[in-house]
Amino acid sequence: MSVLSARDLRVWYGTSRGPVRAVDGISLEINAGETLGLVGESGCGKSTLGRSILGLLPRGAVIDGELLYDGQNLTELSQRDFRRLRGPEIGLIFQEPMTRLNPLMRISDHFKETLEAHESSLTDEEIRRRSLDALGGMGIPPTRFRQYPHEFSGGMRQRIMIALTLVLRPKLLIADEPTTALDVLVEAQILQILGDLKKNADTALLLITHNLGIVAESCERVAVMYAGQIVEEGAARTVFSQPAHPYTSELLRSIISLKTTELHYIPGAPPDLADPPNACRFHPRCPYAMQVCTAKDPIEVRAETGQRVLCWLHGPEEEIPPGGKAPLEREAIAVAEEA
Amino acid sequence: MAGGQQTTSLRTYALTRLGLALPMVLILLTMVFLLLRVAPGDPITAALGGRLPPEQLEERREAAGYNRSLAVQYLEYLGNVATLDFGETIVDNRPVTRVITQNGAATLELTVVALFVALLVGIGVGLVSGRYRDTPVDVAGRLFGILIYAAPVFFLGFLAQLVFAQWLGWFPTSGRASPVTSYDLDTPTNLFLVDSLIALDFSAFSDVLSHLVLPAVTLGLVTGGVFIRLIRVNVLQTLQGDYIEAARARGLSERTVMWHHAFRNALVPVITVVGLQVALLLGGAVLTEQTFNWPGIGSELIRYLNNRDYIAIQGIITFFALVVVIVSLLIDLLNAWVDPRVRY
Amino acid sequence: MARPSLTRLFGPIREARGVPKWVVIAGIAITIAFVVFALFAPWIAPYDFDTYRTADGVRFPKQGHPSGDHLFGTNVQSTDVLSRVIYGARTALEVVILAVIFSLAVGLPLGLISGYFGGKLDRVLLLVMDSLFAFPYLLLAIVVAFLLSDRLGRGVMTAAVSISVVYVPQYYRVVRNHVISVREETYVEAARALGAKPRTVISRYILQNVIQNVPVIATLNAADAILTLAALGFLGYGIQPTDAAEWGYDLQRAISDAGAGIWWTGLFPGFAIVTLVTGLTLLGEGLNDVLNPVLRRRPIQAVILPERQSRLPAGEAGV
Repeated sequence: MSVLSARDLRVWYGTSRGPVRAVDGISLEINAGETLGLVGESGCGKSTLGRSILGLLPRGAVIDGELLYDGQNLTELSQRDFRRLRGPEIGLIFQEPMTRLNPLMRISDHFKETLEAHESSLTDEEIRRRSLDALGGMGIPPTRFRQYPHEFSGGMRQRIMIALTLVLRPKLLIADEPTTALDVLVEAQILQILGDLKKNADTALLLITHNLGIVAESCERVAVMYAGQIVEEGAARTVFSQPAHPYTSELLRSIISLKTTELHYIPGAPPDLADPPNACRFHPRCPYAMQVCTAKDPIEVRAETGQRVLCWLHGPEEEIPPGGKAPLEREAIAVAEEA
Repeated sequence: MAGGQQTTSLRTYALTRLGLALPMVLILLTMVFLLLRVAPGDPITAALGGRLPPEQLEERREAAGYNRSLAVQYLEYLGNVATLDFGETIVDNRPVTRVITQNGAATLELTVVALFVALLVGIGVGLVSGRYRDTPVDVAGRLFGILIYAAPVFFLGFLAQLVFAQWLGWFPTSGRASPVTSYDLDTPTNLFLVDSLIALDFSAFSDVLSHLVLPAVTLGLVTGGVFIRLIRVNVLQTLQGDYIEAARARGLSERTVMWHHAFRNALVPVITVVGLQVALLLGGAVLTEQTFNWPGIGSELIRYLNNRDYIAIQGIITFFALVVVIVSLLIDLLNAWVDPRVRY
Repeated sequence: MARPSLTRLFGPIREARGVPKWVVIAGIAITIAFVVFALFAPWIAPYDFDTYRTADGVRFPKQGHPSGDHLFGTNVQSTDVLSRVIYGARTALEVVILAVIFSLAVGLPLGLISGYFGGKLDRVLLLVMDSLFAFPYLLLAIVVAFLLSDRLGRGVMTAAVSISVVYVPQYYRVVRNHVISVREETYVEAARALGAKPRTVISRYILQNVIQNVPVIATLNAADAILTLAALGFLGYGIQPTDAAEWGYDLQRAISDAGAGIWWTGLFPGFAIVTLVTGLTLLGEGLNDVLNPVLRRRPIQAVILPERQSRLPAGEAGV
């Protein structure tokens, strides 16, 4: 059962330089109780995708395509209807916990206003009990309920933020780089908490991160995003062991582990989304780039190992013009790299 | 547990802040002494020189102690200030403390009401302007702010007298009350609004109020211009805050987001600025009092300046210096109490 | 050296768009208009600021209604209001330029020294300046004007000095804080590490950087200074009325006219003040918006999503 399904979703930002194609034709499904990892370099549109699910897009952003949640197309939802969804249906956990709580409000007030906004029938006592339950689940003792945000550490604030999201029991949780700003020990703690989530409740989790290690540990399925598009998507195990897209394999090679003897990095920089490369967006940095990759948009196919992939290396053969499989000359790569 | 911690840190903060206020008082007092006592020579000669024969002048100088060394006089001045003794005016032999309590009350009444008007206008226009950024409402609000900032108090006062007093005849233009009222009213506090309420004399109250409207609104508007600008920018900055986005992501209504998160947080820095505005308000009060014949301490200061009464001038200026330091001290403490972060 | 800093100042204005640009332009236009009044007052004004009778000795009407001879009417001293308003621009400009120069001349070096050397000197200076800053500025100006009028008379000099006393602490603070932040930057550290003398470091590296902020502050302070000058004039501690026309003094004389329903004697000088101060404020704020765009919203080009190209068959080939 899919909780959320996106079909050909596009989110473009207006800027002074013209439109930025942050999300450019994405299709994706998240099932109930499932954890889907969304990985990619910073600036590839991951966070925009996450925000668009909650309708939290900046001024001047335009969205179209289909984003189905519970039978409604979110791209056509009014802000008023979105507000009812945010919280009890879809929750969002942010990257930077230090500044996400109102410094002038006690923790208790944050919970109170959140619960009152969605469940107006609750009594003060019920609000208190629900809040303390949620906080207790995150290991925050009741004695600290009436304290101010500045009295907590970063890791504790992130746990408070998670409790504040879970207190409404959302069906879908979007975690946008939830541990990036935290140190490693706290990171493990937070991931543990998120992992427990799907065991206890039937909550689906979209985990947005640039850290492949986190995805490998906690996700069943993974989608790899590059330049506003999903270039590969499939079971986490398969994607990690037999990556189909060259970008995925390059990403995997650049992970630093104890066994690393030499650092690998992907040459070139992530593309400018206001002016992305023609055809396949990865071709300027791709070690296997072919003639066709600069000429025609790649078509989504299913790789032999089962994952969806957006790359000419996997066909479809009949769409590749004659001579299209010849490797791209090195000069072309060098020029693209400089640009 | 937490409460105990908080009060200790508030107390520590208060002590530190007090430690900063004392040198400031000392510096201001020293400057007042140097400017008004040392620079012009002695006050007796300055005020009465040429009007009295030299022997008499000398006699009075000696009686007042102006032939002693400046260091002694400086210490004596500090001692007097510490005991709130500001001396006696030369031209009309009034203790300066009486000038402060009588005329100062008139100024207090004027400035408090004006501050209220300023906050009302500033907060109202500022919040709306910031909330509806870049809309016509915002442009109008900003323009209003710039225009009233650019208008001198006495020009607004002139216009107000012309329109509301002369043409429409709604309000009187000068003084604190009509002669009948000031003759009849008992004035234990010298705050006429309060006094008329104590006496339960409502016709006096409305008379006093109608005298207060034009000066207070004029002074309040001019001061409000600064608040509009400040509050608008604060709202804009706060709306960019991460916790605003987080609040929206929890599905709070736009109303709650605005009132609980944006406006409230945007208004906290205003407390600090109110402190700074008190200095501006006092300056503006001098002008307003001159414009509307308001018998406040500013009018008295100008009168004593014109009479070259250095003792009165020194006393009044010293009083202003104390007021400024005390107000800024109180404001900082209030701020620490409201915003838990300040104490850290 | 002057050229690059000028382009640095005017470049952004040319590039700025939308509201900030118009704000700056309106500010410049108003300011220039008043500068023209000031410079060419004798040619623009129909009469001298203190003329109260025609060439043949006929006295102008007292508090005469605006008319063909006197577009803005005449005041209680029978002088021409329009001429006084125009000559007032001259007085305002003289005083404000002097005041800005004086406050810069004192505030800038003090701020540089205080910020660069730090230590005890810095702390003492800071405390003194903060105390001055906290004091009601108008009262400070009045007291200084009162004390100086004994020595220098009530002229342009007295007014300019009294006003600059108010602004010295502001320049001092801005410059000091800026110096402290610049001092820690790597290129200044490097220069110091290489053994450059404090003088060299201050003048070559720090001053240039600090100078960039001066136009904005100077413009905004000039606006404020116009108000302070008018206030001094209103209270009778401005410029001797026989020496020059001054809007604040004219307004003081006009207050009693209001009671008689005479509006033209106060309205026009008042408008002159409001317009000039607004002009300078717009200029300063606009410059600030353009030069330090902290809260600026960049103009956004509207996004129009192109029609989807169907994935099969693929889009245009070649390029």
